[in-house]
Amino acid sequence: MFRATLKSLLARKLRLILSGLAVVLGVMFVSGAFVLTDTLGRSFDAVFADAYEGVDVNVSAKPRMEVGDFEGDAVAMPVPAETVERIRNVAGVADATGIVAADGARLIGSNGKVVTSFGPPQIGANWVGTSDLVQLREGREPQADDEILVNAGLAKAGRVAVGDRVGVLTLEPKQEFTIVGVFGYSGGRDSLGGVNEVMFTTPVAQQLMLGQGDAFTNVTVSAAAGVANDRLRDDIAAVLGADFEVKTGAELSADSAATLKEGLSFFNRILLGFAAVALLVGTFLILNTFSIIVAQRTRELALMRAVGAGRRQIIGSVVLEAVAVGLLASVLGLGAGVGIGALLAYLFGNLSGGLDLAGIAVPPAAVIGAFGVGLIITVVAALLPALRASRIPPIAAMQDVAMPDRPLTKVTVTGAAVTSTGATLLFLGLGGHAGDNTLITILGGVLFAFIGVALLTPMISRPVVGLLGGLFSWWMPGKLGRLNSGRNPRRTAITAAALMVGIALVTGVTVILDSAKSSISGLAEDKIKAELVISGAQTGSRPPTFDPAVLEKTAALPGVALVGGAYGDLAQVGDERTWVGANSDVSTLTQIFGARATAGDISRLGPDQMLVSSDVATSRGLSVGSTVPVQLARAEAKTYTVSGIYEAGDFLDPVTLPATAAQGFTIPQPMMGFIQLTPGAQAADVLPRVETLLADSPEVSVADRKAFIEQQTEPLDGLLRMIQILLLLAIVIAVLGIINTLALSVLERTRELGLLRAVGLGRAQTMGMITVEAVVISVFGALLGIAVGAGLGAAVVEALHDEGITDLVFPWADMGTMVGLGALVGVLAAVIPAVRAARIDVLGAIAHD
Amino acid sequence: MTATVGRQAQAAARASEVWKVYGSGEAQVIALRGVSCEFEQSRFTAIMGPSGSGKSTLMHCLAGLDSVTRGTVSIGETTVTGLGDAGLTKLRREQVGFIFQQFNLLPTLTAKENILLPLSIAGRKPDQAWFDTVIETVGLRDRLDHRPAQLSGGQQQRVACARALVSRPQVIFADEPTGNLDSRAGAEVLKFLRNSVREHGQTIVMVTHDPTAAAYADRVVFLADGQIVSELIEPTAETVLDTMKKLDTQVEVGD
Ligand SMILES: Nc1ncnc2c1ncn2[C@@H]1O[C@H](COP(=O)(O)OP(=O)(O)OP(=O)(O)O)[C@@H](O)[C@H]1O
Ligand SMILES: [Mg+2]
Repeated sequence: MFRATLKSLLARKLRLILSGLAVVLGVMFVSGAFVLTDTLGRSFDAVFADAYEGVDVNVSAKPRMEVGDFEGDAVAMPVPAETVERIRNVAGVADATGIVAADGARLIGSNGKVVTSFGPPQIGANWVGTSDLVQLREGREPQADDEILVNAGLAKAGRVAVGDRVGVLTLEPKQEFTIVGVFGYSGGRDSLGGVNEVMFTTPVAQQLMLGQGDAFTNVTVSAAAGVANDRLRDDIAAVLGADFEVKTGAELSADSAATLKEGLSFFNRILLGFAAVALLVGTFLILNTFSIIVAQRTRELALMRAVGAGRRQIIGSVVLEAVAVGLLASVLGLGAGVGIGALLAYLFGNLSGGLDLAGIAVPPAAVIGAFGVGLIITVVAALLPALRASRIPPIAAMQDVAMPDRPLTKVTVTGAAVTSTGATLLFLGLGGHAGDNTLITILGGVLFAFIGVALLTPMISRPVVGLLGGLFSWWMPGKLGRLNSGRNPRRTAITAAALMVGIALVTGVTVILDSAKSSISGLAEDKIKAELVISGAQTGSRPPTFDPAVLEKTAALPGVALVGGAYGDLAQVGDERTWVGANSDVSTLTQIFGARATAGDISRLGPDQMLVSSDVATSRGLSVGSTVPVQLARAEAKTYTVSGIYEAGDFLDPVTLPATAAQGFTIPQPMMGFIQLTPGAQAADVLPRVETLLADSPEVSVADRKAFIEQQTEPLDGLLRMIQILLLLAIVIAVLGIINTLALSVLERTRELGLLRAVGLGRAQTMGMITVEAVVISVFGALLGIAVGAGLGAAVVEALHDEGITDLVFPWADMGTMVGLGALVGVLAAVIPAVRAARIDVLGAIAHD
Repeated sequence: MTATVGRQAQAAARASEVWKVYGSGEAQVIALRGVSCEFEQSRFTAIMGPSGSGKSTLMHCLAGLDSVTRGTVSIGETTVTGLGDAGLTKLRREQVGFIFQQFNLLPTLTAKENILLPLSIAGRKPDQAWFDTVIETVGLRDRLDHRPAQLSGGQQQRVACARALVSRPQVIFADEPTGNLDSRAGAEVLKFLRNSVREHGQTIVMVTHDPTAAAYADRVVFLADGQIVSELIEPTAETVLDTMKKLDTQVEVGD
């Protein structure tokens, strides 16, 4: 039995390679994801281990607020300068150095634009001399207040050199400095993991990065000879008390790496999601291939039954074949995954400005994932065909079983049941009835919906394929192709369903994002009564900001009625973390955002007063006169009194603080500016003047409202492109499926092809016939995908109605493109089978038995 | 013998000094050894001979389905030898019709569509009067919308005949067209073929094993061991059987 299986396996190489490829691709994604995260994780470890190499113990002040995941970094309390002295006096301390190092030092490069890092922080620090890690490459130490050093990576990226006069944005607006030196890191590195660093003299760093003199971000301590690090750590902690965090260098580096790795695991999950899509499509493909193989082997299997093989043995032989394919595909997929993981890690390293990669290794998770997924998927997909094979009666060996056209009732009923299960799950998940399991419920719903629709496809395929094929019926080869595509509804259906999955996901995502875009721009047009807006696109970890002085200068321009600068940050309000906003001019609220008061006065705001939205007021039981303690990132805790409540609405912050409070925000500079003009003033006249004022704030620009709205929705476009590209993979796998199905059809119909050629079908016509068959199948799959995707998308949009996505937009143009893509996919998939068909030797085909 | 009878100016198909060799070395098989033969227009010729004598090979070579090793083949004015795929396709569309032993029809098309298939492929319009005549003679009028699976074997072969006739080719080649049919259904198909020659001047070349089938032809050519060995004009089942017996003994004597 085993030998027989292996033999038949080898005889069907091409077919198995094609379906195996789908598994290979899926496995590749799974193992690639693990290899990538493993490699990057170890690289980060190395970077931090290096960065804290010379630090025995590190002291920092506890942050004012604990921050959760995805809420950004905590702003540490500055360590008062006198603490350094106190630490030096602790027994066992050889030396203690006060360090200033904070994100947000943005150098303006020689092209006048801010040098961005695309992710890694842009550190502003005090120069404390060279060390094992930091090496002066050129120039000298900073001495005057307007002298800085930059790391070699930053110098290269900004095309600046020693002696250049450059602008740097910090907590303060742009200031000019002279570069007096360029430094690098041990091992000849230009940057540590892509981080940009600007080094000031200590007093300047304190002022610009911390906003106060006589303080540090942290203190690094070196231990005297013979003193253990953790011992010293405990001693220092005992002296300093509970307000400080004292860690050994090793602890600090592990903690810092852990934060970054959390971000990586998110990345990992996204890749695994795409792997799941690829594998779902692959499952269809394998199911189809094994069904066809079983159908073609009917006689052979019946003969085996006739000579005494049991049902189990038949199932075993098919499953064994699946195991062999699964194993091979897993090995290849793992190999490809290591390659892809390494490639992505390399790209990531380059993009982030030179992260030194640790060596590529294959983590156990990648191996387990590859074999688990590859084997399970293949065997599960082969089970149904195996069962069917075991039901072949021995008599089939004697009969000429052409193509038993089994009724579709059973599969259709099952399909309807599965589809409604999917719909129910989606309803529960999207409707918020699934509690903690929302995501799982929604994903399950989508999966069930796909499988259900796939089961319904044979039923749907009859009328739709007939209709589609009608388009080609004027042409004889076209008509033949159409008839062929309708010959085996199950096979056509599964092939089309594989394509459906990819197209449905793309369509669904596009519907959701386009609806979001339209809703946002619709709202912005309705709600923002400003003719001009100052804003910029966020490229790194921080939103772009500009010099607050621009606000006053703009307000003084002729034609300008009102200017509102918007600040914002997360803050501890009462006992909850809440987004708080501040406006340079409080009348922005009513005049530009159209806020309406429900209680108190919202047109003015004293230094100790706050305004809250009606939502916040209700949920926290606040009313005018209530007092609330607020802890900001950079300020002492302070109690504010609620002086007004406004109706909650889009673009309105839950809590509005007075403009003076903005100095305590993580970023004490405005992120956006809204400019309302006097009646009769022309936006085109005012715009260039504001532009001139923004010369020293290169992160932002001024635009009219339309351009601003476009800017706001741009990130959604980028996101959409990215998702579409990744989902292309699913479509590529579906193409393999179509090639597979067609190749098999050509093989099965060799004699027919011979006959057709004998009665005068030319080579080109033969290819046309196969192409039409492919196009009919693929366009059918595309249409199905568009319908399912539009449905899923509409369901999600409906569910997000309360989140502000009020418009439902169907991307007709994109949908049209996808039908076109479907046709193209068909044409491409048909190439190889069509060439094969056209090359068939007429005589051989007729004699073919 | 009487081989000169067929030598007329307008041969519908002609083979001259045709050799066909399969394989090489040990496995070499010489299927045809210098066969020269003409098939006159408007005549029904049968090719007979023992199994393996090269009947099918000769027919395939004549029809341009297979290439010859040496010699030339022509159909009407066209020299088949040396034609490329496009030339052969054109030949099949315009000059040649086929009837095979089985699997003659496309299962997806109705009888009518199958009949019109060569014309549709060539993009030609059927001549309605001729189509009606053909349908009338094959007696399939009430079966035109059936698919092959719904037709009996004899009916299927009649559809195949109608398909071969409808484009009025120079020659129709039939390889054991009645091989899979019982004697009654076979007789119907053969009568129909003979009628199309008598009444409509069609040229037909048919390979057969069956002396009764050969008796429907105007002429029988006998092949043995890749060579033409004998010929009969206006055959009857008895004369065919006699000739075959004679050939058998000759072969035995030869051995
Ligand atoms: N493709 C081929 N390769 C090798 N030998 C072949 C091939 N086709 C035919 N032959 C050989 O050529 C010879 C003639 O074969 P052919 O099929 O023409 O015989 P036939 O007269 O039609 O026989 P039958 O009455 O059995 O159909 C036979 O010996 C056969 O084995
Ligand atoms: Mg033969």
